[in-house]
Amino acid sequence: MAVTVSIPTILRTHTGGEKSVEASGKTVAEVIDDIESRHSGLKARLVKDEKLHRFVNVYVNDEDVRFAGGLDAEVSDGDTVTILPAVAGGAR
Amino acid sequence: MFTVLRIRRDLVDAIVAHARRDHPDEACGVIAGPDDGSDRPERFVPMVNAARSPTFYEFDSGDLLKLYREMDANDETPVVIYHSHTATEAYPSRTDIKLAQEPFAHYVLVSTRDPEQHEFRSYRIVDGVVTEEPVEVVESYMFANTGSDDVPDA
Repeated sequence: MAVTVSIPTILRTHTGGEKSVEASGKTVAEVIDDIESRHSGLKARLVKDEKLHRFVNVYVNDEDVRFAGGLDAEVSDGDTVTILPAVAGGAR
Repeated sequence: MFTVLRIRRDLVDAIVAHARRDHPDEACGVIAGPDDGSDRPERFVPMVNAARSPTFYEFDSGDLLKLYREMDANDETPVVIYHSHTATEAYPSRTDIKLAQEPFAHYVLVSTRDPEQHEFRSYRIVDGVVTEEPVEVVESYMFANTGSDDVPDA
């Protein structure tokens, strides 16, 4: 299962500046593990305690995986996985 | 790194108006600009604060994806990321610093705690380090410096 993964600016230090990388896997977790095997350090920026970081958004095509099984969300051949850090903050 | 935010007056006015309109909740948004190193904020994109809170803001995740796809298609980058503080000063909170994840953006903070006078300040936030920068408000970018050999205006 080959998918294209779009990498946000802040994580491109892990991909040699590449905006997107190819990866394989049947779920988001497998895709992340596959990228990690070539771009070490990326996984720790996305996953903590076997869950996606609260302030990292991952989408399969147009769907936020938080509403589709999180790391277990399925991906299919030709899908685009987009990683975007949340834009958030506040006085609290 | 010494930086300055050079920004058109109408964009400053648009940010402040958005912050006033959403007060007492925090307002947030982006000013996109060309991804060519010019560091020029151009396209005002107010965002919905999905948290609808006086002490927290977060772009809606669907809107966030749409925004980044749009910017990608237009060869744009988020030159300015702004939000308001409605009861405190226009300085990044610990939460703001922890969650800042666009190292090339100017983080603009507007305080609306005073109903008459707003504060409008800009920062770089990189790896947990906050650096305030001057804000230069211009009427137009037409006469902006275009290179390092330009003589700054007196």
